[in-house]
Amino acid sequence: MSQTIPQQPIEYNMKVVRQFTVMTIIWGIVGMSLGVIIAAQLVWPELNFDTPWFTYSRLRPLHTNAVIFAFGTSALFATSYYVAQKTCKTRLFSDKLAAFTFWGWQAVIVGAIITLPMGITTTKEYAELEWPIDILIAIVWIAYVIVFFGTLAKRKTSHIYVANWFYGGFIVTIAALHIGNSLAVPVSFTKSYSIYAGAVDAMMQWWWGHNAVGFLLTAGFLGMMYYFVPKQAERPVYSYRLSVVHFWALISLYIWAGSHHLHYTALPDWTQSVGMVMSVILFVPSWGGMINGIMTLSGAWHKLRTDPILRFLIVSLSFYGMSTFEGPMMAIKSVNALSHYTDWTIGHVHSGALGWVAMITIGSMYYLVPRLFNQKAIHSIRLVNVHFWLHTIGVVFYIVSMWISGVMQGLMWRATNPDGTLTYSFVEGVQASYPFWTGRFIGGLFIVTGMFLMAYNCYKTIRAGQRETAAGNVVQTA
Amino acid sequence: MSSFWSAWIIVLTLGLLIALIVLLRWNMKNYTDVEEGELMDHEFDGIVEINNPLPKWWTYLFWACFAWGFIYLALYPGLGNFPGLLGWKSSNQDVQSLAESKAAMKKAKEEGLIVQYDREMRAAEAKYGPIFEKYASQSIDELLNNEKALEVGQRLFLQNCSQCHGSNAMGGQGFPNLTDDDWLYGGSYETIKTTLRNGRQGQMPAWGEQFSDQQITALANYVASLSGRERDADLVAQGKKLFTVCAACHGQDGKGNQNIGSANLTDSIWLYGGSISTIKETLKYGRHGVMPAWKDILGEDKIHVVAAYIYSLSHDK
Repeated sequence: MSQTIPQQPIEYNMKVVRQFTVMTIIWGIVGMSLGVIIAAQLVWPELNFDTPWFTYSRLRPLHTNAVIFAFGTSALFATSYYVAQKTCKTRLFSDKLAAFTFWGWQAVIVGAIITLPMGITTTKEYAELEWPIDILIAIVWIAYVIVFFGTLAKRKTSHIYVANWFYGGFIVTIAALHIGNSLAVPVSFTKSYSIYAGAVDAMMQWWWGHNAVGFLLTAGFLGMMYYFVPKQAERPVYSYRLSVVHFWALISLYIWAGSHHLHYTALPDWTQSVGMVMSVILFVPSWGGMINGIMTLSGAWHKLRTDPILRFLIVSLSFYGMSTFEGPMMAIKSVNALSHYTDWTIGHVHSGALGWVAMITIGSMYYLVPRLFNQKAIHSIRLVNVHFWLHTIGVVFYIVSMWISGVMQGLMWRATNPDGTLTYSFVEGVQASYPFWTGRFIGGLFIVTGMFLMAYNCYKTIRAGQRETAAGNVVQTA
Repeated sequence: MSSFWSAWIIVLTLGLLIALIVLLRWNMKNYTDVEEGELMDHEFDGIVEINNPLPKWWTYLFWACFAWGFIYLALYPGLGNFPGLLGWKSSNQDVQSLAESKAAMKKAKEEGLIVQYDREMRAAEAKYGPIFEKYASQSIDELLNNEKALEVGQRLFLQNCSQCHGSNAMGGQGFPNLTDDDWLYGGSYETIKTTLRNGRQGQMPAWGEQFSDQQITALANYVASLSGRERDADLVAQGKKLFTVCAACHGQDGKGNQNIGSANLTDSIWLYGGSISTIKETLKYGRHGVMPAWKDILGEDKIHVVAAYIYSLSHDK
């Protein structure tokens, strides 16, 4: 082994990791509850209570912002700071900057919670926040770049672990994408106009939009996977060379894929074709990550029977594999002609978001919480098991509902009579979707119930840890 | 696109695919100094990595996707200005006017390009055109007795008109009810068709500048009294005097004028609402109703069928 072994235990900065970990759970509950509310609004529109602030159109961006940028990104901050310190055997580059990223990022989220229900929006999907908040995001993100890469630079290990490649790739690319897509001319403190117009604006928007998925929600969480799966399974990572190929192929292909959101639009044909080709090839490196994660379990498959935390992590990889097969397929123009603008897209996104992103996060949080708060294990492993089943059933309910309604909508919209007129008017498609929207709402209820169990479980763990710390005990964790 | 940008796209696209092939080939060999199946010589917080080879089936999948990618880019537009061997285009995307569109369509035909939009529209025209030509050759009276024609008309209505007028054609605030035989512009076959063909622009001017709030209230009360409602006699008398301005469009008797689409104020049908407060709002701020023109979207033959359906809504056989 070529590593230098430190003489005394390293003083890691775990404070910022703890803060982000707690906020991950809180924002998870907020974001997913908002999702359940808007799912209910589609079935019972009265639930906007005739106020502008509770209308679907304002709460939907708040839901997406809350789950992606509050829940998901807090989880990425927490785990990247933890993993970088542990695998580089060094303290974070700067405690002050790290604290700034925490408070700065929470300010961004509070800004979103205030402005979006007020109707203050740029109208760009997943980039709805107005320019003052965008500037704060850019500043916080640059601080994040400095803290993360500063930590890698002062590492005490010879190599950089693969988890950090993925974290690093996602952090740098999101900085470029956010700044590129959000360039705008402000007309007042709360309103700005994008500097792009027409098809160029659409392309920039989806260059950002799809890579918020590709880098933030995929590359970042693959970083999480590469640390927490081998740790929880206590097995070596399956293939070093596979991680090399799938890392470089994944990040270099994803950046092209955005135009598949604009098939059959005013976007030039060549742009659509190139985006489609890259999206389809992307299927292979995506599966490379799934294979490397799942095969890491070789020789430890039996642990799935007894360890619900590992089950969260491994089932998340199964959902990852499923949605990265589905995504390239939906990027093919003739499939997209059926799936686009239907609930199928929503189902696809949520098999990625609830199946992959949320489950890998939940598993990682169950791993982290006892270790961060001076406990040997989570308060109740039985409750983790209940959470696992609530979540899994909820996700399956959700995506199956959306698959059925999505394909049904696509088929209804294209059905024609012998005289060439459409068989169904739009509203008939809406009417036929109601049972499936109810199904989605029920799936969402399962998921949020699980999140509350998790909050309770983590709260009990943290309280027990605080008691130990107060008594001056240090509990050893693996 | 200039040839510089075309080359830029080609170099980046092919360059990336070739780089990925090199990456794959490089990693199919064991270039590390560790035997295959052995642990790599680094460890991170207890995590070690095995130097396992890439799964065979996975590399085959990669090759298959590369091959498919190259074939697709050879056949379809993708590599900059290269149009693809099939000569396929989704539409005449760079046109800016109808004349340019027609010229582009002609050019595509001459050069044997397959423009998907034009081809699909032609195919639809060839297949469905005769059906509607047949309906167009019959009078509306005939169509009204043709159950099938009315069904077709209903479908066209549901797809194109129901967004504003409602699935049951009973309209909503600002959108006329088409089932009540009360017509702003007239309900003859020909006027219905004219409305459909060219659309309508309904203008009720705003009077908030000219009249005081008190005068607006008086006018609103007078207007309400026209349809037989009991209102305060003083206000009605005052409003009646002011109504001369309104009479220019709505007529002295307030019965409206179908030539200009001014509403009949003496019946109990209200396009925007008949409460005193809504009438005041209408008077103060005016109204602007828009019926879009359908001649370019539906064409004459389909308008004929839709007109028959709309007429049938307010007339029992």
